[in-house]
Amino acid sequence: MRAPPTRTSPDRARAPAGPGTPWVLGVPAAVAVAFLGLPLLALVVRAPWQDLPRLLTSSGAIAALRLSLVCATSATAVSVLLGVPLAWLLARTTGRAAGLLRALVTLPLVFPPVVGGVGLLMALGRTGLVGRYLDAWFGLTLPFTTAGVVVAETFVAMPFLVVTVEGALRSADRGLEEAAATLGSRPFTTFRRVTLPLVAPSLLAGGVLCWARALGEFGATVTFAGNLPETTQTMPLAVYLALESDPDAAVALSLVLFAVSVAVLALLRDRWLRPGRAA
Amino acid sequence: MTTAGGAPGLAAHLVVQRGRFALDAEVTVEAGEVLAVLGPNGAGKTTMLRALAGLEALTSGRVVLGGDVWDEPAAGRFVPTVDRAVGVVFQDYRLFPHLSVVDNVAFGPRVRGERRAAARREALAWLDRVGLADVARRVPGELSGGQAQRVALARALAARPRLLLLDEPLAALDARTRLDVRSELRTHLAAFGGPSLIVTHDPLEALVLADRILVLEAGRVVQDGPPGLVARRPATEYVARLMHLNFFTGVLTDRDTRRVDLDSGGALHAAAHDLPGAEPVPPEGEVDVLPGARMLVVVAPSAIALHPREPGAGSPRNVWRGTVTGIELLTDRVRVAVEGRPSALVDVTPAAVADLDLAAGRPVWLSAKATEVVAYPDPGRAPLVL
Repeated sequence: MRAPPTRTSPDRARAPAGPGTPWVLGVPAAVAVAFLGLPLLALVVRAPWQDLPRLLTSSGAIAALRLSLVCATSATAVSVLLGVPLAWLLARTTGRAAGLLRALVTLPLVFPPVVGGVGLLMALGRTGLVGRYLDAWFGLTLPFTTAGVVVAETFVAMPFLVVTVEGALRSADRGLEEAAATLGSRPFTTFRRVTLPLVAPSLLAGGVLCWARALGEFGATVTFAGNLPETTQTMPLAVYLALESDPDAAVALSLVLFAVSVAVLALLRDRWLRPGRAA
Repeated sequence: MTTAGGAPGLAAHLVVQRGRFALDAEVTVEAGEVLAVLGPNGAGKTTMLRALAGLEALTSGRVVLGGDVWDEPAAGRFVPTVDRAVGVVFQDYRLFPHLSVVDNVAFGPRVRGERRAAARREALAWLDRVGLADVARRVPGELSGGQAQRVALARALAARPRLLLLDEPLAALDARTRLDVRSELRTHLAAFGGPSLIVTHDPLEALVLADRILVLEAGRVVQDGPPGLVARRPATEYVARLMHLNFFTGVLTDRDTRRVDLDSGGALHAAAHDLPGAEPVPPEGEVDVLPGARMLVVVAPSAIALHPREPGAGSPRNVWRGTVTGIELLTDRVRVAVEGRPSALVDVTPAAVADLDLAAGRPVWLSAKATEVVAYPDPGRAPLVL
């Protein structure tokens, strides 16, 4: 237990207003902070700052970064196109079916990504349930292609967007949709002109989360799309590969991803890190 | 009140069953007429409005506007809100928070297919009519309550509705603003030309704004008539209380003296009354209401006099004894609650309170001229022999 604050305590002005922190909670919390912070610190400390320009401009790194950005952005675009209608459906339906649907949507959030990748192979692989027809009818092959990377990233990242947007749609004021209907607005027009603008902040937040998740995707991508430089080798794969041949390059690439994450966090700060503010 | 055929009025029989609540009401509103639906909270006023707007489907009955059937479950017909051209001013206004005031008003013209510039021009014209052209560029969050109310009205009118519905249009405003908006609202409703319906629990709003008042209680219509009639001959105690009238129920026991024996004890004698401006009704007293008929009796608190001792000869027909139970100071007079047979609220001047030395527990005499006592057959209670 903390000593009761006294009149002379210099800490008094900065002490939290509530009861003091018991050490049984305080010590583990401090360990947790160190544990979470240490790897980030190590990354910065051990970074080959001198060689950084050379390491990052090497053709492999640039290609991987470009591929990552293109794929993550494409995956986010697909997620918005398919995920927003899905979120709307989830927010507007009730009952047992809706519950099942919601469980299905959230599953990829807790799924090991590798399992997702295997599932994608079984479904969309050259001999997969659907993939065989894609191949036979359209000559379309997804595994081990850049499109495959987008598919894998979308699979893993879309639920982040759906869940975020669904929450916003659920709490959006239905009264405004009623008002729009009395003004002669058809449901889709109302969705476009009223509902969507109202949830735009959440759509942005969900989109950024989705994009960040897609950017870091590893398991499903490597399983479904493989690790082909220039085609399917995204940054995370490049980092992992570089770790075996050129650890400095791995650290340099990691730093880039780290910087991107920090940027994303800064973007979301207002919306997500302020408790009590609705997304 | 004919709305059959192609007449542009509203004719509806609204039946909505929802759990233990049931609305069952006939409503007609002619073109250019303003109907106020007055009733206590939970009477079904908002349900009525939502059913007319198509935001809630009828269980049975029908809604017909200008010959077009909007809702008729028996015929399997339901026209959705979007196709009804019904303007609604919601109690909480429901302005789109992400759109400017002018774009809120232009919303109707826009979804009707007008180009942005034309829709804005039209919206500005509407804003000009409600005196708000200068706030066109603001967003709803920057408006005062009175401004938001007028924007909501302009937005509803800009969508060119065939029927205008207003849900407690002044409830969210402070007293000062309410006064201004009320008189303006009257002008705009008069200019609208179609049938309008105002839902309210404020009797003053109903009396000032409406051509006709429909009183709804527990999902049923208990009275439907011109404001003057509703104010003078309330059909239920609720309406009587809103109109600040003493209200009694009783039985006619003598046709010649128009004596009504009251259910709460005591008796009152009434006289015949003309109702200027009212719809023709059976003039009470003179009509063939037979002894034994159920009657309603109202007396204004200001029409009853208090006396320290029994008034002498030549005094009013109705004289009875009572005890003061409470005294309440109103703005310009004092309302005295007197218990007796019957009990009554009496309005006196502050000076009279001093002269009569009024205080709780003080015995007094009450008197009311027969001409101040209005008795009429209970419309809700058959048998009524006319």
